[in-house]
Amino acid sequence: MVRWFKPFVFLACLGPLARLGWKAYMGLLGANPIEVITHSTGDWILIFLLVTLSITPVRQLTGQPWLIRYRRMFGLFAFFYAVLHFLTYIWLDKFFDLHEMWADVSKRRFITVGFTGFVLLIPLALTSTAGWIRRLGGKRWQALHRLIYVSAVAGVIHYWWLVKADISKPARYGFVLSLLLGYRVVAWLVQRNKEKKAASMVARRAEVTEG
Amino acid sequence: MLIKKAADIPSSEITPKGLYLNRRKFVAGTALASAAAVAAGVGLHEMASPSSVAQANTKIDNIQKSPFSTSETITPYKDVTNYNNYYEFSSDKYEPAGLAKNFKTRPWTVTIDGQIKKKQVLDVDTIIKMATPEERVYRHRCVEGWSIVVPWVGFSLSELIKRADPLPKAKFVEFSTLMDLRQMPGQRSRVLEWPYVEGLRMDEAMHPLALLCFGMYGEVLPNQDGAPLRMVIPWKYGFKSIKAIVRVHFTDSQPSNTWNISAPSEYGFYSNVNPHVDHPRWSQATERRLGEFRKRPTLMFNGYDQVASLYSGMDLKKNF
Repeated sequence: MVRWFKPFVFLACLGPLARLGWKAYMGLLGANPIEVITHSTGDWILIFLLVTLSITPVRQLTGQPWLIRYRRMFGLFAFFYAVLHFLTYIWLDKFFDLHEMWADVSKRRFITVGFTGFVLLIPLALTSTAGWIRRLGGKRWQALHRLIYVSAVAGVIHYWWLVKADISKPARYGFVLSLLLGYRVVAWLVQRNKEKKAASMVARRAEVTEG
Repeated sequence: MLIKKAADIPSSEITPKGLYLNRRKFVAGTALASAAAVAAGVGLHEMASPSSVAQANTKIDNIQKSPFSTSETITPYKDVTNYNNYYEFSSDKYEPAGLAKNFKTRPWTVTIDGQIKKKQVLDVDTIIKMATPEERVYRHRCVEGWSIVVPWVGFSLSELIKRADPLPKAKFVEFSTLMDLRQMPGQRSRVLEWPYVEGLRMDEAMHPLALLCFGMYGEVLPNQDGAPLRMVIPWKYGFKSIKAIVRVHFTDSQPSNTWNISAPSEYGFYSNVNPHVDHPRWSQATERRLGEFRKRPTLMFNGYDQVASLYSGMDLKKNF
């Protein structure tokens, strides 16, 4: 890949924030700016989570291994927008009243599940470096980072439980997410099947040689 | 992050219509109205009266002040006309303003029937002329947790009910919104059950605060705000204030209401503003007044304590 491509993607990922900042500055966020900021950052978390989760399937299906080099960046941007989303909530909605916030987290299931999704992203962001992969070892690191599945599901449920009646938007995210997770289930089944076959082949060959 | 707020300007300076008129449309509209007036040989004054030209930006004459008005800062016109929960057009609050642009509010009739001596079908302009229009500056609290202050124009619903003369059996009033899939694209989706219906107990409906509304900011009601005729019940959550009314039905049993049908555990028949009864999914203790940065505490009955006697002896946690 061309050398300038990654910085370009990086800047593009900041686009949603820049657009929001510009609109806020120009007073173009409409009647309820805080609601717009909350919803917009929330949307971008889900989009980045889905993009991150689509890297592996797309890479395998299209045979483009270089895509893997973008996965961490997309995942970290999901976390970045999650931090902004959380800050909007705790600052502009709760005004740093931790007592209020805790009441919300424990009482309102859509907040509970959204907060859980956010908290689960923290260890993933912290261990996203090459050093941490080495320290944990590939297998353990990978197991830990499967938490993103839980986080993404939590995010979609959070959105689903929050809307009043029109579930069409969270349903769209849910649909894409189920495709991406479904792909993994299928890939895992195919893989297991292959291993079984290979194992039985080995066993049969052993029988043949013994017999 | 900088969030512009517009609330520091006195309401008198925020609200004048000239400031928020779509000027191009206004100019075109004026030219068209003049041409039509000349062609038809009628005076401009008649053209401008709300009963003959019923479109937003048309001034309503002879509006009386009301002692029910609050002196709180009025929410800017552009916010009240661009941020609308009007699912008949869209579930996105920013869309009804555009989607309702060509909504036809004339001719328009309202059927008054049910427990009543004689069923009537009234032209909306006949209804509007029943009583003197009043300006009522009311707080308006949405169940979602935001609020606005709006100078509505209308008169007490009781004026209509008195004239309709319901039978003693009539214990409730049920309202219906227009059903028109061609004009109201939101009705094509099954997000809610259509047509939208709402109801009030008769004593609530007769309370002078319950406003039958056909204008705001001194002008004819814009389409996205419920033209040509809507209810405004300031002590209840906004969804009780039904828009684009085509039917007023008197009944002896409690009518169902659309949001209650959609989610009975979340939206009750009464739906009085009540900071002590949370929505199952969020708190109702505070609200964000549009244009304000900090949230403010929500008041019991949205601050309209004079309605408390309607509910004396009732468990408002149960009858939410």
